[in-house]
Amino acid sequence: MGESQQLPLVRARGLEKRFDDLVAVDGIDFDVQKGEAFGFLGPNGAGKSSTMRMIGCVSPPSGGELRVLGLDPVKDGAQIRARLGVVPQDDTLDFELTVRENVIIYGRYFGMSRKELRARADRLIEFVQLEDRADSRVEPLSGGMKRRLTIARSLINDPEVLLLDEPTTGLDPQARHVVWDRLHSLKHAGATLLLTTHYMDEAEQLCDRLVVMDKGKIAAEGSPVELIRQYSTREVVELRFPTEPPAEIATSVDGLARRVEMLSNRVLLYTDDGDRTADGIHGRGLAPQSVLVRRSTLEDVFLHLTGRTLVDE
Amino acid sequence: MSYALALRSYEFWLAFYKRTWRGSLATSIVNPVFYLGALGVGLGTLVNRAGTTPGGVDYLAFVAPGVLAATAMQVGTTEASWPVLGSIRWTRVYYAMLATPLGIGDIVVGHQLWMATRVATSSAVYLAVIAAFGGIQSPLAVLALPACVLIGVAFAGPMAAYAATRERDGAFVPVMRFGIVPMFLFSGTFFPISRLPVVLEWVARATPLWHGVDLCRGLTLGTITWSSAVVHVAYLLVWAVGGVALAFSTYRRRLLK
Ligand SMILES: Nc1ncnc2c1ncn2[C@@H]1O[C@H](COP(=O)(O)OP(=O)(O)OP(=O)(O)O)[C@@H](O)[C@H]1O
Ligand SMILES: [Mg+2]
Repeated sequence: MGESQQLPLVRARGLEKRFDDLVAVDGIDFDVQKGEAFGFLGPNGAGKSSTMRMIGCVSPPSGGELRVLGLDPVKDGAQIRARLGVVPQDDTLDFELTVRENVIIYGRYFGMSRKELRARADRLIEFVQLEDRADSRVEPLSGGMKRRLTIARSLINDPEVLLLDEPTTGLDPQARHVVWDRLHSLKHAGATLLLTTHYMDEAEQLCDRLVVMDKGKIAAEGSPVELIRQYSTREVVELRFPTEPPAEIATSVDGLARRVEMLSNRVLLYTDDGDRTADGIHGRGLAPQSVLVRRSTLEDVFLHLTGRTLVDE
Repeated sequence: MSYALALRSYEFWLAFYKRTWRGSLATSIVNPVFYLGALGVGLGTLVNRAGTTPGGVDYLAFVAPGVLAATAMQVGTTEASWPVLGSIRWTRVYYAMLATPLGIGDIVVGHQLWMATRVATSSAVYLAVIAAFGGIQSPLAVLALPACVLIGVAFAGPMAAYAATRERDGAFVPVMRFGIVPMFLFSGTFFPISRLPVVLEWVARATPLWHGVDLCRGLTLGTITWSSAVVHVAYLLVWAVGGVALAFSTYRRRLLK
């Protein structure tokens, strides 16, 4: 059997989740292969956590088909969960216990012996660079440290698939980079990662492949590079204005870009040659507050697909 | 549900308790000493002098098993209220457990076993204090310990089932005010229910606490009959098993959305 025909670790077809009248996940299809870092990128309420909870066997699907590790999450939940690592959106750490105790107690839920756990806990605490805090209580730790502890804890059972629901939301840039660094190192060691995020830079950094989710549906799927190539241009010229950009600008930039997007305080010009477009702007006598030439990102993909920005402006 | 898995969740509660056991052990010794001192010795002197205790037993020996049973109720109820809601809303430890091989049944049973342990330890201390006050009249009194555990779960089961449906701890106030406190006062704890107006006497007879009190009293005084023991145990079992079964379903609805 070829690589691509391997049984996917997670497979969803027409997967649905409804809460009474609300459709949180609206018939999505995806496959996650072994060793892949697969992302769900989407704004608040897109249905990312609902999807992750179904994969984590703590939320029964309302419709469609879902297989995790070849098993049925409804019938074989305990068996699947024994082989998963879960980093939930909101930490479920015990604030009163120490860092080490948190890891050990969690390992006991998997039925591992205390002796084995002591050694593993030390290694995992070191892996997430918390060895200085191993014996301190969790409560006073920073948000980034708590997140890293949750990651360490989720690895206690040597999971075959790691589910990370917004691993870095709420962290400062430095703390995010530490988490990314740890996730990269897991990736290089061959781990299969499923993660959700509403940060396009996180998706670009970590994901081999991702789906863009919006309102419970998958709007697009591919690698970050493919998505940008397919739905955006190579570069973007951002014109910033102190107030709302004048409406007639749309016509005055005509011919300078392949596509124009008007936002509340800026205008985005999608182009393959940013510098030439920027020069053209000056040639037409437009006077924005600033002109920025940048590479296209997944944010642009999302904007193109949904007409909205990922993180509210 | 499997006992091996339930014991893993039980172990969490044990680790959790290690942080607070000193305070709670002190409470479980001080409380019976105060109650038996004030009611058994203090008030008992007056009651005994009036010669009105049922069967002419010493008031301390009469009231002690009542308070013992009522304490089992209180420990069971308390352990099944804030800790259950907290495990869902505040510490979220149930969710941590659910991300592992533990399932709803293991979480419910592990926590109930823990509550039963708390009831057992505080009841054992209570029994020892009663013995020290000279309030035990029969060797059957040792059976009051398992009886207390049964009483505890008869309250902890339904209370945990209820707590898992609540959003705020304010929801416990009416349960305590209109359920636990009146039961504590009027279920034969301090005086025989035959002194109640007849309608209320029948209400009291329907409460699980009265069955617990009468069972414990029969055991510490040595006056228990087989038939009353069977009725009391069966009635308490209905509450315990029914409550735990209900908790399975309320936990599932709450945690596996
Ligand atoms: N337990 C629940 N009961 C009712 N509605 C729910 C529940 N969980 C999620 N929802 C609703 O389902 C929709 C999708 O929520 P979900 O948490 O999956 O989104 P998300 O993509 O993870 O968002 P966020 O980025 O804010 O975490 C939302 O409208 C949400 O309000
Ligand atoms: Mg979410």
